Amino acid sequence: MVSFKKPDLDSFQERIHIATLFVTFCFLILLTRLVWLQLISHGKYALLAESNRIALVPAPANRGLIIDRNGIVIGRNYSALTLDVNAEEVKGNVDQLINELSEIIDISPRDRRNFKRSLEDSRNMGTFPLRSMLNEAETARFMANRYRFPGVEIRARSFREYPYNELASHLIGYIGRVSQHDKERMQSEIENSKADDPDALQASFLPGIQYVGKIGLEQSYETVLRGVPGYDQVEITAGGKPVRTLSSSPSVPGKNVVLSVDIKLQYLVEQLYGNFRGAFVAIEPETGDVLAFVSKPNFNPNDFVEGIDALTWKELNDSPQKPLYNRPLKGIYPPGSTYKPFMALAALENKKRTPSQTISDPGYFDFGNHTFRDDKKGGHGIVDMQKSIVESCDTYYYTLARDMGVNMMHDFMKPFGFGQITGIDLQGEARGVLPSTEWKKNTFKKPEQQKWYEGETISLGIGQGYNSFTILQLAHAMANLANNGVVMKPHLVKAIEDPFTRNRVLTTPKESYRIDLSAENIEVIKKAMVEVNVSGTSATAFKGAGYVAGGKTGTAQVFSLNSKDYKHGATAEFLRDHALYIAFAPADKPTIVIAMVVENAGFGAQYAAPIARKALDYYIEGKWPKEIPEWERAP
Amino acid sequence: MGKSPVKKIQVLFFSFFSGLDRQLGLILLGLAAVGLFTFLSASQNTPVQTTDELRNLALSFGVMWLVSRIPPKWLEMGAVWIYGIGVTLLVAVAVFGLIKKGARRWLNIGVVIQPSEIMKIAMPLMLAWYFQKREGIQKTWDYAVAGVILAIPVFLIARQPDLGTALLVFAAGLYVIILAGLPWKWILPFVGVGIVGILLIIIFGNTICAHDVTWPFVHNYQKHRICTLLDPSSDPLGKGFHTIQSMIAIGSGGFFGKGWFQGTQAHLEFIPEKHTDFVFAVFSEEFGLLGNLILLALFFALIKRGLTISASAPNLFTRLLGASVTLIFFTYAFVNIGMVSGLLPVVGVPLPFISYGGTALVTLGFGAGILMSIHRHRRLVQS
Repeated sequence: MVSFKKPDLDSFQERIHIATLFVTFCFLILLTRLVWLQLISHGKYALLAESNRIALVPAPANRGLIIDRNGIVIGRNYSALTLDVNAEEVKGNVDQLINELSEIIDISPRDRRNFKRSLEDSRNMGTFPLRSMLNEAETARFMANRYRFPGVEIRARSFREYPYNELASHLIGYIGRVSQHDKERMQSEIENSKADDPDALQASFLPGIQYVGKIGLEQSYETVLRGVPGYDQVEITAGGKPVRTLSSSPSVPGKNVVLSVDIKLQYLVEQLYGNFRGAFVAIEPETGDVLAFVSKPNFNPNDFVEGIDALTWKELNDSPQKPLYNRPLKGIYPPGSTYKPFMALAALENKKRTPSQTISDPGYFDFGNHTFRDDKKGGHGIVDMQKSIVESCDTYYYTLARDMGVNMMHDFMKPFGFGQITGIDLQGEARGVLPSTEWKKNTFKKPEQQKWYEGETISLGIGQGYNSFTILQLAHAMANLANNGVVMKPHLVKAIEDPFTRNRVLTTPKESYRIDLSAENIEVIKKAMVEVNVSGTSATAFKGAGYVAGGKTGTAQVFSLNSKDYKHGATAEFLRDHALYIAFAPADKPTIVIAMVVENAGFGAQYAAPIARKALDYYIEGKWPKEIPEWERAP
Repeated sequence: MGKSPVKKIQVLFFSFFSGLDRQLGLILLGLAAVGLFTFLSASQNTPVQTTDELRNLALSFGVMWLVSRIPPKWLEMGAVWIYGIGVTLLVAVAVFGLIKKGARRWLNIGVVIQPSEIMKIAMPLMLAWYFQKREGIQKTWDYAVAGVILAIPVFLIARQPDLGTALLVFAAGLYVIILAGLPWKWILPFVGVGIVGILLIIIFGNTICAHDVTWPFVHNYQKHRICTLLDPSSDPLGKGFHTIQSMIAIGSGGFFGKGWFQGTQAHLEFIPEKHTDFVFAVFSEEFGLLGNLILLALFFALIKRGLTISASAPNLFTRLLGASVTLIFFTYAFVNIGMVSGLLPVVGVPLPFISYGGTALVTLGFGAGILMSIHRHRRLVQS
């Protein structure tokens, strides 16, 4: 049997051998491959597997509160249920998804617009609220239909809220969603901060920041309020579903900022302005604490947090009232007659006048071929320094300006802060103009414009001409005068508070510098300003006051708020003058100074001074005017 | 004789296992054990129950036991019938077949069956029968006839389309034909063309994988599979995802593996088909290179034993059948591991005895049964 089949069998055995060799060869290929993957490239694949399974889920930090000087919370957070949509999961058919969702949950066109804009801004990465403040019925309806909407979840989110709405809006500002621009800025901040491990910071830090302060204190104290977002290291499935938390780095809540502002005073002043536009700044001279920082009209910062809708934005932005304009910070006005006390002090300090030295005022002042008029036809007669302030005599100051010259005035006014950045803790402060020959040379292009003309000096004496300052500067200057030349930097935030321990770190009021003034001269000016409220231009407003207050009215000719293209005297016809007023009280030891403007109101004594009177009555004596609704703490 | 009941059970027990090849049995037991262990981990978060796997393994063993009782002679006699029925069913599939996932592979004859699966056994049976028939008077044109026998079902399966099964059936038949003595001068040119072809695809991968290039004879999805194999990162979230993720699973396993139930790729659902076609990735991730060495050793031993049994088989039919079935086991294992480790394109080929799946286990049990039968009946026929 074996013998006759031998050739066949041999050939078969031979082929089995070859097959065995082939199999061995193939197994060696597999083995090589496995050694390659599991030994040689193990490190690379182990890393890939790790990054596969681990995702960093940012945990936003609780934003710090904004608290007024008496502990009233004016910027806070609340938690609400929101409908969150994961952008990556709905890519492409957003409209369809929203249509389907709107069958069970009310989604307004505004929600839809805002959501779509967030998607665009984020380039479809991350999770965004489509609707917030879901009620119980809506939540229940969604949960019942949840399976239909992968990538849509209900989550509790923390929202920023300004409980008093419009109140102090320019001061508080608002937060908004992080924009591409914000991101880039924060990126460079991180890079510049030279942190130990910038990569780690970026990975965990940036995605956790969803809102930033856009303007106001929310902006200037962003880094304090923001805290440090934490993150959870979460194991995720291929589908991105979290399985368990591996480690978490808790967020550090932001610190509270405690304002120097008395929010009740702020409220009162805002109410007193009514429908008038204007700016009002009150400062505690001894510390530089800003007690009130009013810009009217204002806006509701709550509208901005989740993205303002186009209509409201257009309304605010196009309004001739300019409600978004931070007047005390950015609006520049000629100080008008409120400049006169400072001019008088300059005259004393520079020995250009003595208190008793008089001039005779015919009601006008001729200089070159131009006649400068006094408000009072026929003039004020014989005028000494006190009378010049009490009756606000222009001619006195025309001559004074001529005698001092522009540069002497400039050098005296500069340390008071006129035309200088005060350094208040808000961004975007306007500088204004404190003219000098130097300034003119640097500002204008043509040589004939660069030259200073003597005629331009005269109107500077009554706070007109090139003079233009912010109300903040005016208040700051008033505070410096009331504080006898000790300059305190004005500030809105008094202390930083730890949210847990309530420990407060004072942003210590630091003396910036002292202006060398003689006490005697200061007394002359203060006395004259007190007399203004007794027998002068604001006597009516201060009749029967239970304290002694110094003041000075002013009336500024109107020009556009953006004063760059201001041309002397060209704007006055169609708008009434601005009413200005500065004050300090109590006169012997001032605890509050005020500078204010009521736009297009006319004569300062009639409109501005009464507001100041009521504000002082409240601040010094606690008297609340009957016509103003009582302050109510927000729920 | 007064034997104790214990003795009786013992006798029954041994007669039950009598004739089963012990070596083959132990190897298969080892593979089944690996399969079960891997299954327990891999089937987590899938709807499949452990009882299903146990049932399939029992079923596979039962089929093997039954087939091992069937004398090879009967298989020889039934070969043409089985082949005939298989081809008929394939034609029926082409006409009445059920379409699932874009392929017409199934037939409803009371129960839904996949006739192409039958062909994996029917093909080597038929060809082995044919060469046995022609033994001694074998002519050159016999290879042509064998080629036709091979081509008909392969064509029918390929157009379903089911490239994986077609490839396996083709391989099963081809093994028989080559082992039957197909002259080397005919084999080598094909090997040469194959090697050159693979090299060309690798070298010109970028050009031929361009979007607008269509390939002759293959579906677009098949082109995609080959192209993503050449460069998985070209489509990391689409077609290349499976390959990349299974390679990460294997590579991250390292030498000792992450441990049983500890595979992150597997348990976080990064591995597709993790308890079926891609189960090797789960095994590799959890048991590492060490486990792979053991698994490869088991497969190698299985093939070595199968070939040894075939080599000592009594006649050409059993030799060809046994060797072909053994090489099918090899093909399954090689193609599956090659595909999961990113060497070969993704085709639906399970890892023998490890992947979950009743049909495959029954087919494999049948194949193992044939080997057992050949071993058991070697003396009977010879004498």
